[in-house]
Amino acid sequence: MSTTPTNGSEPVLVVEHLAAEIDGQQVVEDVSLTVPSRGITAVLGRNGVGKTSTLRGILGLIRRTGSVTLAGERIEKLPTYKIVQRGVGYVPEDREVFAKLTVAENLRLAERTSAPRRELVDALFPDLVARRDQMAGTLSGGQQQMLSLGRALINENVLLVVDEPTKGLAPRIVNEVADALIEAAKTVPILLVEQNLEVVRRLAGDVVVIESGRVVHTGDAVALLDDDDLTTRLLGVHADTDSDTDTTTEVAR
Amino acid sequence: MSTVVLLAITGLGLGALYFLVASGLSLIYGLMHVLNFAHGSFLTLGAFLGWMVADRIDATSWLGFAVSMLVGAAIGALVAALTELLLIRPLYERHIEQVLVTVGLSLATVALFEGIWGSDPRFIRGPAWLDETTGIAGARIPNDRFVVIAVAAAALIAILLFLRHTRYGMIIRAGVENRAMVTALGIDVRKSFTLVFTLGGAAAGLGGVLASHYFGYVSPSLGGSLLIFAFIVTVIGGLGSLTGAAVASVLVALLQQFANYYLSGTGDFVIVLALAAVLLVRPTGLMGARA
Repeated sequence: MSTTPTNGSEPVLVVEHLAAEIDGQQVVEDVSLTVPSRGITAVLGRNGVGKTSTLRGILGLIRRTGSVTLAGERIEKLPTYKIVQRGVGYVPEDREVFAKLTVAENLRLAERTSAPRRELVDALFPDLVARRDQMAGTLSGGQQQMLSLGRALINENVLLVVDEPTKGLAPRIVNEVADALIEAAKTVPILLVEQNLEVVRRLAGDVVVIESGRVVHTGDAVALLDDDDLTTRLLGVHADTDSDTDTTTEVAR
Repeated sequence: MSTVVLLAITGLGLGALYFLVASGLSLIYGLMHVLNFAHGSFLTLGAFLGWMVADRIDATSWLGFAVSMLVGAAIGALVAALTELLLIRPLYERHIEQVLVTVGLSLATVALFEGIWGSDPRFIRGPAWLDETTGIAGARIPNDRFVVIAVAAAALIAILLFLRHTRYGMIIRAGVENRAMVTALGIDVRKSFTLVFTLGGAAAGLGGVLASHYFGYVSPSLGGSLLIFAFIVTVIGGLGSLTGAAVASVLVALLQQFANYYLSGTGDFVIVLALAAVLLVRPTGLMGARA
């Protein structure tokens, strides 16, 4: 289903020596990472180490240097909209749905081709179908996340960039979001920032751990999470306990 | 009673003019974060060229009047689009410089208009019906008021329909809310910058022709004098909100008219007080989304 036929071994995204700043402050020092053409690659790290900024830097939403190669093409000089047009679906932290647009309008706005995958999105998120004409700002946090994911999935993409999709969601919704990501990952590789380590365990193949704007560990997700010492040292949490309490505040209305 | 009716309808007419200027200002600021000080020049130019064309055809004919409105809107749209493409776009994301350019343009164009048409007001004529009055509840209302109100209402409806029912309208509404996210959906948001300038310029140019009939003259300072109140309207209505601009236009103009009549000519002062009150109590304006 992927729009570009990859031969399975070529990585879809190669980031080398990415550095990025916001208002003159360096938020990403030196990040190099590779996203394989299949599966979910998770970016982990404590709060404020530059995970979100790394994603935003890749997409050109903040000023960045370094090289970024998407499906074999250098994109670091391109503006955000052209990067996205090359087949990137972006699900930002905090959903960023357009509150004063309806659900249907949010989805229509995201459609980049004449053949959007409306049935697929409807099938994944039946909750949204019944609320097509509702303002997105009146949706619950979970529904807004579904909508944000729907906007990314409505196009065929070569890569999804998904930032903390379970942040602030109730446990049941967390599972629904994880299920949707697993479903999506069958057809498109995903670069994921996620704080909930249980979700990471379920979803991720590879992990990249960032500390102070630099990559400090890459490898297999389960191997990292099974290693208590390493997890504690790199992430400051115990993989088996639900200790990421700062991200589980329910924002659903 | 008749005085109240006269003040109310005259106020509505003035509010209609404010709206035609403020609608563009509000959309431009909402989407681009640029306060466009050159907006008054679009209006003045629309008024002058509309008047010239009407004069050529026959200023007292309805055809001349209709064509002058079309010309005013078209020239406003054209000049606004060129302003965005040639002056604003090269300064992308440099908001202070963008605002300074519009300030410079407004000063330069007023001087240019004075050079071409002189600084004295030129008194204009329209179809005879516009100068007549219609009686409503004992008040004699100049007919041009009704035309101004009807055209502004039509403009409001047209812009709302455009924003609600077209893809570009959707992009503008989304961009006012969160421009970065619009680009992150693969949309070149800069195209809609030219579009809001064009739309705003058309409304201002149309407003220029109507203002010249409302006040009975055109002059190089016509746009500037309306622009000040349009800015106040835009802030009170909430930057980026079209309906906010419409509601605030009417409120400000009514307040101004009634204060001028009943509080011995303090209309402008009362408006500034209202602005201060709104900024203190509700800094985002009546219908503004957020700070």
